Amino acid sequence: MNKRIFLDPLFKNNPVSVLALGICSALAVTVKMEPALVMALSVTLVTGFSGFILSLLRNTIPDRIRIIVQLIVIATLVILVDQVLKAFAYPISKQLSVFVGLIITNCIIMGRIEAFALHNKPFHALVDGIANGLGYGIILVAVSFFRELFGSGTLMGYPLIPENWYVSAGGFYENNGLFILPPMALIVVGLIVWVFNARNAKKDKKAWNK
Amino acid sequence: MQPMDKNKKNGNFYTVIYAAVMVIIVAVVLAFVSEFLKPRRDANIRQETRQTIMRSVHLEGRSYEKYITDTAAGPENLPLFICTLDDGTRKYIIPLEGKGLWGSINGYLALNDDFRTVYGAVFDHEAETPGLGAEISTPSFSDPFRGKSLYRGETFVSLSVVKPGKSAGNPNAVDGISGGTLTSRGVENMIRESLEPYIPFLRHYE
Repeated sequence: MNKRIFLDPLFKNNPVSVLALGICSALAVTVKMEPALVMALSVTLVTGFSGFILSLLRNTIPDRIRIIVQLIVIATLVILVDQVLKAFAYPISKQLSVFVGLIITNCIIMGRIEAFALHNKPFHALVDGIANGLGYGIILVAVSFFRELFGSGTLMGYPLIPENWYVSAGGFYENNGLFILPPMALIVVGLIVWVFNARNAKKDKKAWNK
Repeated sequence: MQPMDKNKKNGNFYTVIYAAVMVIIVAVVLAFVSEFLKPRRDANIRQETRQTIMRSVHLEGRSYEKYITDTAAGPENLPLFICTLDDGTRKYIIPLEGKGLWGSINGYLALNDDFRTVYGAVFDHEAETPGLGAEISTPSFSDPFRGKSLYRGETFVSLSVVKPGKSAGNPNAVDGISGGTLTSRGVENMIRESLEPYIPFLRHYE
């Protein structure tokens, strides 16, 4: 049971590629890998702890203000993450700018709380939240890997393409500007969803034939 | 925790108290954390501003106190930073403020002591698109400002930020960012609008 709570959201039920949640920010923060990693970590913390806290409170929350209570918990955690980033990782928090605040509106978090945390024990909710955050993170890192590599010729800020390959230095290579733009993010996400689903479909078929 | 009686849990009184207690707890936690981290946050911001100023005169990582004097210029007390280099020459650093595409942008422009040519420039932004407009904060955008002139003949023309590749040979223009046209235009406007109030004063400075 525990293992499945953790592993399912990573691949089989990945929130981005399979459930199509949280795509908006997956498009926005994946131009470079470093902010994508920090964003993934932030979302993981927020999904994990909001699930944990709300699961602790689940039997006391009045039905009529259920969503408001969820939002208060999520917003508080997001503000905490934002404050900590500003204090300890200032340059990255500047790069992420509004997107940290927008974690509040990330559908994965609300989705997991409504679907899972409110009906399960705190520890399971914590694991489920963290796993979903990581599932989101995997996609983010994968997308930003391709976008940074082909769009800027760097990875984590380190240049990978030799300087003298570039057209401006008399070479033959040029960074593909399209990878920096949002449409390419959508295409890369689309391709990743395709790969995930093709893989899952194969597995399903095998399970079916047994 | 034991599940509560459904009616009790959904009563008006319980709901209001629940919400009130929750909000108070959250407010206390947030206020506490914010106060606790404030010195660190402020230090980060101050340190960053100072290092940004140092970057505009190509002295990144050096001691701010040693090189920079804060002054004010003209009757309106416009902020001005004077940097005295190791060889005694002075550079005049003017803070810039303007609007980008998504939020405000800012920067520092260091002028040589002829008040016509640029010695260095740095730019920063609040919320420009990473990889596009946000590239104004990288050296590849700001380095070419060095040596550019704010004047054509004796008229102040400021600097133009033009399409990438179109600035070659033009002493009044620098390359913009492809895909970041609106931010590039914001930089151009920011430089002109921020410098204009200084121009009458700078000419008579010495």
